[in-house]
Amino acid sequence: MKKIKYSAAINQAQHLVMDKYESVIQIGVGINTPWYVGQTMNGLLNRYGEERMIDTPVSENATTGIAIGAALSGYRPILTFPRMDFMYYAMDQICNHAASLNYSLGGNSPVPLVIRAIINRKGEQAAQHSQAIHALFMHIPGLKVVMPSNAYDAKGMLIAAVEDNNPVIYIEDRELYEFESEVPEDYYTVSLDKANVELEGNDLTIVSSSYMMHQCRIAVKALAEKKISVDLIDLRSIKPIDSETILNSIRKTGKLLVVDGGWLTGGVAAEIISIVVTQGMQYLKSNPVRITLPDLPAPASFVLENAYYPDNTKIFQSAISLCL
Amino acid sequence: MNEKLNLKESTFISILKSMIRIRFFEENVAEIAKRQEIQCPVHLYIGQEAIASSICADLRNSDYVYSTHRSHGHYLAKGGDVNKIMAEIYCREEGCSRGRGGSMHVIDRNVGFMLSSPIVGGSISIAVGSALAAKMKNKGQVSVAFFGDGATDEGVFYESLNFAIVNKLPMIFVCENNSFSTHLPDFLRQSNTSVSERVKGFNINVDKVDGNNPFEIYKSVGKMIEKARNNEGPSLIECTTYRWLSHVGYWQDLDIGYRKKVDVEQWMNRCPIKFLANELIQNEVITQDEFIKLEEEIKNQINNAVIFAKNSSSPDPIFIMEGLYN
Repeated sequence: MKKIKYSAAINQAQHLVMDKYESVIQIGVGINTPWYVGQTMNGLLNRYGEERMIDTPVSENATTGIAIGAALSGYRPILTFPRMDFMYYAMDQICNHAASLNYSLGGNSPVPLVIRAIINRKGEQAAQHSQAIHALFMHIPGLKVVMPSNAYDAKGMLIAAVEDNNPVIYIEDRELYEFESEVPEDYYTVSLDKANVELEGNDLTIVSSSYMMHQCRIAVKALAEKKISVDLIDLRSIKPIDSETILNSIRKTGKLLVVDGGWLTGGVAAEIISIVVTQGMQYLKSNPVRITLPDLPAPASFVLENAYYPDNTKIFQSAISLCL
Repeated sequence: MNEKLNLKESTFISILKSMIRIRFFEENVAEIAKRQEIQCPVHLYIGQEAIASSICADLRNSDYVYSTHRSHGHYLAKGGDVNKIMAEIYCREEGCSRGRGGSMHVIDRNVGFMLSSPIVGGSISIAVGSALAAKMKNKGQVSVAFFGDGATDEGVFYESLNFAIVNKLPMIFVCENNSFSTHLPDFLRQSNTSVSERVKGFNINVDKVDGNNPFEIYKSVGKMIEKARNNEGPSLIECTTYRWLSHVGYWQDLDIGYRKKVDVEQWMNRCPIKFLANELIQNEVITQDEFIKLEEEIKNQINNAVIFAKNSSSPDPIFIMEGLYN
């Protein structure tokens, strides 16, 4: 099987769904320029034209409503936010409308909308160009929220998201774009609600997602040299959360380290630990540990960024402390 | 007046029927609310009936309509099922939204009534999304967004307007200017209280009409619908009007002090239903007897809707999660 980049996998998925379904359209700020979306949109404008690739004014609020309206009227839009930070402008449409319409209108108004949300960490971009606000969406009933960590899942989950009849927030971290993995060329889907046990081990469970999975992989290799074997779980979806897979692992290891790329308070790590404590307390041999961003806006300075973003060294050290 | 009635006579009888249906419906809902048979907040449309009825008169079931918290009039004018909306106001399982939405979240997809949203300005952009879909499908459909002057205080209104114009969408923006945003009068919140004047710089086809005059509204929107169907882009119609009752509920809220009794009375004297009925009777389109008979028929229909709603079942909490995902 051919190895391709994460960004190429996203690109492939979009070519395949736009080819298969006439109803798939794309809309959003800067979708037709690599300036905003890297290489993920390569070839789409040429192949499908401006009618299906709608580059919009920076009107995130209206654009999101427009995507919802198109979704209610027979289309399956992919709406892209080149930075998650810009989504705050669209919160009314995402949370008040896309998420709850089907429920509050009695169940026959599906909103088949995919929202590609791009995290743009680091690069001295500071507080309003680098946020990872996935936990906010995890809180909203009616949304599905996925954040694939590798090219294979990126492709399969994007196709599954387009096929799904509900609004799906599909979160991608630009730091992952260059990472390669084996990806079949053909059309396939990956479930939107299953975690993946990427590595099996007995001493410790590490739960993570998206770019932080990459940091965990490095840490897990180093831990193996210290004879610590890790059950490494890639969440893939944070709404819904696959509790069963996590609890099964805790039953075996009794120890939990959660690594999330978002903020500490009210975040994904808090939710995972809450699940384990309320449903599997009896299996825990020690206090669960979480590694997240501090409750702080992202600083610009490179030096401060290094202090702000946790990396594999921190994961390694936390795992060692947990297993001592 | 004869010139006006050269427009299709049967159309104005339909518009009159629609207006009476809305009036009786809302009067019934007010009574029900007063008797506390329902808890769901209701935003009544009494006084503004000419707008929904005249705008929707020539719309097809395949055309899209979007509404607001003040949803009942638009729903009924588009041909929505009267039993199902009444049951929804009672929050019953047989309601159009299965008791999950209530008065502010109504739907009848069979007639193109897509949704209502109580977030001020919240449904305008969604309506534009349907207009985008209509343009892509190229089957001559139009999309209509009803909203109040309060919604023009929201930024998303201008974003939506701009997008529809830039993309030449078959979209009609209907601003019902009743000059109040809940309690706050227009001159305390708007640099220019005329919405149609304010948006002229957008290069959109605009008209301002008397929202209590069905002839004016019908004539103006007819041209807009034609333009939209011919792919000639969006329009905005501003209809000046007045709501007789409170922002929410069955009372007149004169006690709050934001409007004067004399203003309310003046507008009530300009009742759009009385106006149209008189015109049609004077021009011998219908007789007084036919008008009374028409009122009786519609009264019965509304009474039956109340009976239907009361006989409907409450939603079963066992199924509370149903409809969250599709």
